[in-house]
Amino acid sequence: MNAFLKTDLSAALPLISAQGVTNLSRRRLLGLGAGAFVLGTLLPALRAEAQNAVSVKPGTRVPAFLVIGKDNTVKLLSPFVEGGQGINTGLAQIVGEELDVHPSRFEVECAPPGPDYAIINGLRLTGGSFSTRSSYEVMRKLGASAREMLIRAAAARLNVKPEALTTEDGQVVHAASSRRLAYGELAEQALALTPAENVPLRDPATFRYIRQPMARLDVRAKSTGKAVYAIDQKVEGMLYAAVQHAPVLGTEPQGISNEATVKAMPGVDAVHRLPGAVAVTADSWYRARKAVETLEVAWSKAPASGFEAVAADYSSSGLLAALKASDASGVSAEKDGDVAAAFAGAATIVDAEYDAPYLAHGQLEPPSSMARFNADGSLELWVPNQMPELFQGIAAKVAGLTPDKVILHSPMLGGFFGRHFAYGSSNPFQQAILLAKATQRPVKVLWSREEEFKMDALRPLSFSRFKAALDKDGRPTAIQVRTVGEGPMGRWFGVTAGSKVDSSAVEGIVEKPYAIPNRSMEYARFAHPVTIAFWRSVGHSMNDYFYEGFLDEIADAGKQDPYQLRLALLKDRPRHLKLLETVAKMSGGWKRGPYEADGGKRARGVALASPFGSETATIAEVSLEKSEVRVHHLWIAFDPGSIVNPAIVKSQVESAAALGLSAALFEELVYKDGVRQSHNFDDYPILSRSAMPKVAVEIVESGAPMGGVGEPGLPGIAPAVVNAVAALTGRHVRSLPLAKAKLGV
Amino acid sequence: MTKIHVNGRDYDVAAEADTPLLWVLRDTLGLTGTKYGCGIAQCGACTVMIDGQATRSCQVPLDSIGSADIRTIDAIEQDGIGRKVVEAWVADQVPQCGYCQSGQVMAATALLKQNPKPSDADIADAMTNLCRCGTYNRIAAAIRRAAQA
Ligand code: FES
Ligand code: FES
Repeated sequence: MNAFLKTDLSAALPLISAQGVTNLSRRRLLGLGAGAFVLGTLLPALRAEAQNAVSVKPGTRVPAFLVIGKDNTVKLLSPFVEGGQGINTGLAQIVGEELDVHPSRFEVECAPPGPDYAIINGLRLTGGSFSTRSSYEVMRKLGASAREMLIRAAAARLNVKPEALTTEDGQVVHAASSRRLAYGELAEQALALTPAENVPLRDPATFRYIRQPMARLDVRAKSTGKAVYAIDQKVEGMLYAAVQHAPVLGTEPQGISNEATVKAMPGVDAVHRLPGAVAVTADSWYRARKAVETLEVAWSKAPASGFEAVAADYSSSGLLAALKASDASGVSAEKDGDVAAAFAGAATIVDAEYDAPYLAHGQLEPPSSMARFNADGSLELWVPNQMPELFQGIAAKVAGLTPDKVILHSPMLGGFFGRHFAYGSSNPFQQAILLAKATQRPVKVLWSREEEFKMDALRPLSFSRFKAALDKDGRPTAIQVRTVGEGPMGRWFGVTAGSKVDSSAVEGIVEKPYAIPNRSMEYARFAHPVTIAFWRSVGHSMNDYFYEGFLDEIADAGKQDPYQLRLALLKDRPRHLKLLETVAKMSGGWKRGPYEADGGKRARGVALASPFGSETATIAEVSLEKSEVRVHHLWIAFDPGSIVNPAIVKSQVESAAALGLSAALFEELVYKDGVRQSHNFDDYPILSRSAMPKVAVEIVESGAPMGGVGEPGLPGIAPAVVNAVAALTGRHVRSLPLAKAKLGV
Repeated sequence: MTKIHVNGRDYDVAAEADTPLLWVLRDTLGLTGTKYGCGIAQCGACTVMIDGQATRSCQVPLDSIGSADIRTIDAIEQDGIGRKVVEAWVADQVPQCGYCQSGQVMAATALLKQNPKPSDADIADAMTNLCRCGTYNRIAAAIRRAAQA
């Protein structure tokens, strides 16, 4: 039932040389049959974020494999996990461009994890909008090396000089004699060759696939129900498991008063106690779920709040009050000029407090995991994940095995947005392992949507205090920001209090392009008891809203038009100016409003953001319907430096914009009395078709180093919308979502 | 045993009367193209056609089905209109993560069966399934394309 390779690449890892491309055909590693031509290469060690200090062991690399079969199949075993971002198609375009094979003929799969946790250091990661930009050069070389070897093999076969040969979409051609050899026919010969060094890459001016809006490889399967996700996995003899988690994080099941009754329910195999949960295994998931929800469980008393423990009186409003009240001294995240002097000489001082709520990921596929212990002592897992080696290591610990005994499959993800990193009790795979052990059968655990709302790791509730000094002309001369809270980078990758600034807490507030000469940004760490997470665009998801919202407050206080103020502050930043002018043009020229349109009053807001090495400028057009914000248009100018597939880039930006709008308008996960107040999409509304605006995206290729694509469309949305609302109502909304602001014109 | 009629075949199902059709399809019949998203009629990931009507299968108990004709995404390409919808979905490159798209394609097919030339307002009324990847505008474009095909 599953569409994943049963091959083990473990033996291949030490064989790939640290630089360049290695021929692995003779190693018979991949279980792909004799005669396949297999090249391996290593990607540069990945870091979660470009400027972030995740410690990487020197020399650690992530492998990718290109396999050309005798039957002309071209398979790429990719280090990344496909989750809707189009990475598989992008990689096929890059490799196909150099190999000279049309991308549509590629099969791309996620490679199983390397065996040795230490070799990989747990750092293979799909996230941070990093996949394409980290692998671009290396993947081109992989394709070019394979092509060069196939030409050499053909030259030997045809007894001609390699220079006399060209290639044409999967064939080597000898024009002089009109002879042609398909790559598959040459696979056997090529596998005996050594890759050449310094194979020249194609001149970008001659690209046929890169930069083209090629169709995505998985679209038909996804339109016909044939795409296979984690939730669809099935193996022989499998039991289904459903779970009931403790209502308050950190409490444990103590007694079950009706265990015998539940055990007698139809199809039930057994009742289980798990850390922080109870579970039922049964012969179908619906029976397991009904049974587990019938269980009457007494839970232990809630502990005091701590790591992964939420006190019985914990509330999100209480946490926000504590962040505001905190006088903990912070560390400097950015400092320039003389802020004190600027404030002393200010004509006007503006200050404001901004906050944003906890957010759920709400990916449409609820989490599931399947575990099977094999006769040879290995553990096989099917787990939605964005970091295979890290999950493999954790699974090994839970199972009491060494990591090389854990075979991890990484199925296609039904949305991720940061959901599928390892977040302690927020992942179901540990439960699958424990239940497979207890029942001695393969087990698939699926969390109901309600359990997912209980356990999802959350975008942290966030808070920053802003203060700006304006001169007599209304120009900002100084900005001061204090951010109090915690980011996922610090939580999960160990940036500790006092030692370093947690980039995921301050990104979007620091390193802004605006010419404000005196700046002081500080960060005070304040730990959440709640399980916090990466969420699409991470710290940018709230901080760009804070900063850009506040910038419009500065503009209003200084009696400047917000667009003109930005132009003035960016006059030495050609890349940003170009974007700002592009987005204004897309929207028919900048106008703030309010103005009349379609029988109502509308207004526009503008915002910039610089997430993940890319730049965006966004304009939103809004009106009020009753007291609800209605967004009519979003215009986004997007500069990721350079691109691989404009169609995928546009659809990613649209998708990120929709999620950003959803968060700006509706989303908020509230804690009260230690318990989350949302249970499903009825009490956690997300963007529906009826609230979807028109979205226009224009790509600007500045030629700057390649930036991310999957996340950058998001951060500009909330501030553009909020700034438009301010233009319409005169009120700058300093707390999201807009749905809770009582607005009236 | 309950007899149900799915994608032109008869099946005998041994499950409790209140079991939602969604779970009969997925776990009993192994037709996993139909997806679970919320279980409470909010998301539409579980949409199938029952006697030509788009229906959220998580809300349909087994004992309410009777002799109705159930069509799922797994057999979409056996349906003339379904095929058109799929081609439009491919042409407009609608799916991102794809998880909601089984339900979206079923809802669109049912719409076009009843209303071959839907207006934008008709599309908005009929297409209420959630998409966390925000593919709404592409879905609308693909329906307009399929209506013209
Ligand atoms: S699963 Fe049926 S509507 Fe969501
Ligand atoms: S394509 Fe991902 S939920 Fe719709």
